[in-house]
Amino acid sequence: MKPAPFEYHAPDSLEQVLDLISQHADEAKILAGGQSLVPAMNFRVVQPSVVIDLNRVAELSYIRENGNVIRIGSMARERHLEFDLSIAKRIPLMTETVPFIAHPQIRNRATIGGSIVHADPAAELPVLMLALSARLKAKKVSGERWIDAQDFFAGMFTTALEPDEILAEIELPFMPPRTGWSFMEVAPRAGDYALMGVAALVTLEKNAKCKQAKLVYLNAGDGPVDAKEAAKILEGEKLNDKLIESSARLASEKEINPFGNIHTSPDFQRHLANVLTKKALKQAIHRAEENLQ
Amino acid sequence: MTQTLPVTITVNEKEYKCEVESRLLLSDFLRHELGLTGTHVGCEHGACGACTILFDGESARSCLMFAVQADGHTLTTVEGLAPSLSSSPAGGKEGELHPLQQSFWEAHGLQCGYCTPGILMSMIPFLQKNPNPTEDEIRHALSGNLCRCTGYQHIVDAVKLAAEKMK
Ligand SMILES: Cc1cc2nc3c(=O)[nH]c(=O)nc-3n(C[C@H](O)[C@H](O)[C@H](O)COP(=O)(O)OP(=O)(O)OC[C@H]3O[C@@H](n4cnc5c(N)ncnc54)[C@H](O)[C@@H]3O)c2cc1C
Ligand code: FES
Ligand code: FES
Repeated sequence: MKPAPFEYHAPDSLEQVLDLISQHADEAKILAGGQSLVPAMNFRVVQPSVVIDLNRVAELSYIRENGNVIRIGSMARERHLEFDLSIAKRIPLMTETVPFIAHPQIRNRATIGGSIVHADPAAELPVLMLALSARLKAKKVSGERWIDAQDFFAGMFTTALEPDEILAEIELPFMPPRTGWSFMEVAPRAGDYALMGVAALVTLEKNAKCKQAKLVYLNAGDGPVDAKEAAKILEGEKLNDKLIESSARLASEKEINPFGNIHTSPDFQRHLANVLTKKALKQAIHRAEENLQ
Repeated sequence: MTQTLPVTITVNEKEYKCEVESRLLLSDFLRHELGLTGTHVGCEHGACGACTILFDGESARSCLMFAVQADGHTLTTVEGLAPSLSSSPAGGKEGELHPLQQSFWEAHGLQCGYCTPGILMSMIPFLQKNPNPTEDEIRHALSGNLCRCTGYQHIVDAVKLAAEKMK
């Protein structure tokens, strides 16, 4: 029994959750999959005096299509994302990325909401939120608000959520037509946090010129890093190796800011970013071309 | 401030009603309250996999859950694979090792055995979903379990053998 004592609540409706969090905002922690929170409590890095468990709130666990977006309840497990057919069809970048997160035993419990709110710069899902231009719905007793993914991540393990708010829903637009995607990362061992990783999206015009591109990196700064300049130089152009090379250089040398860790130096991370960007862009472009017809 | 809560938890087809402290980890509940010490504890932060059990049929780290969270749920631990009395929820027969355990025996899939229960409980759902796994798939499925003795090769062999036996 390693964690410090706490008062445990397991409400079964969202309304009760919001009531509880409004009463205990400063001392409470929300428990989702527990795959990041419980280790932190076991180490006593975190010692909440109140724990509000979302695992019995069925209304927070869903994945559904709605018009041209997919809505995902914050308690959808990473395993659900991995095997959901509508995600596979509409947002294949996510289907391809989720298996890189941890191991099946972890993904069975860990949730999309937990990963996003945890905001680990090395995590995959925050990167996807930026790459896919997600909107995140925050709720509290007095109401709700939508936050664009680019305004949500506020630094290392920090988000725009207020202490009395929870993340309730994630809204992801379908990937547009003629879009190719790729996710690549390098990790010391399958399932470990990666040393470097990138999500690439390329949308082509009917004439095969690049309409829009996205390059978002993990473990490359104090949150997911959107390399806007590296993406911008691709737009409006017919893509070739030279452009890909320049984009990779711009992203890896200028736009990312990796810190290094016990497994890697910042220089090696920049090297990986360069190599991964080229590979990922090529794969994304190839897939977009296949979608041109 | 010590809060205790009543729970009803089914483990290896047996129902337990207990009072638990909210901060009691599920792994400690299984080991210390129920005496099911087959579930091992290595790191208590999700990294090693020694504490893996089946939670409603899916593999999960018991060190990353609180016992209170298991209220009303159904668990299987390594003790449930080769049960002495009732039929095994995971498909073993009375008085015999489960074919997965038998394969670890025959292929020398363990040395000290510390990692073994967690590996078995990870491989049960894996083999249910992938009855004909390739070696690559097996290695990938084992990536969430650390073994400090075997070098893994014999574990991979044991899982291959088990897949054969369980067809
Ligand atoms: C061995 C291991 C390997 C891992 N490897 C990876 C990896 O490679 N990549 C990766 O991305 N992740 C990895 N993870 C982390 C895993 O994906 C986490 O579980 C996830 O980041 C957090 O999700 P959770 O549902 O478990 O959240 P929890 O641990 O329950 O919560 C995390 C934090 O978010 C808060 N929170 C949760 N949900 C909400 C909500 N709806 N509203 C407001 N606040 C909320 C909690 O209060 C807590 O502060 C790994 C974990 C382990 C144990
Ligand atoms: S003891 Fe649970 S994963 Fe190591
Ligand atoms: S057999 Fe000793 S740790 Fe695996």
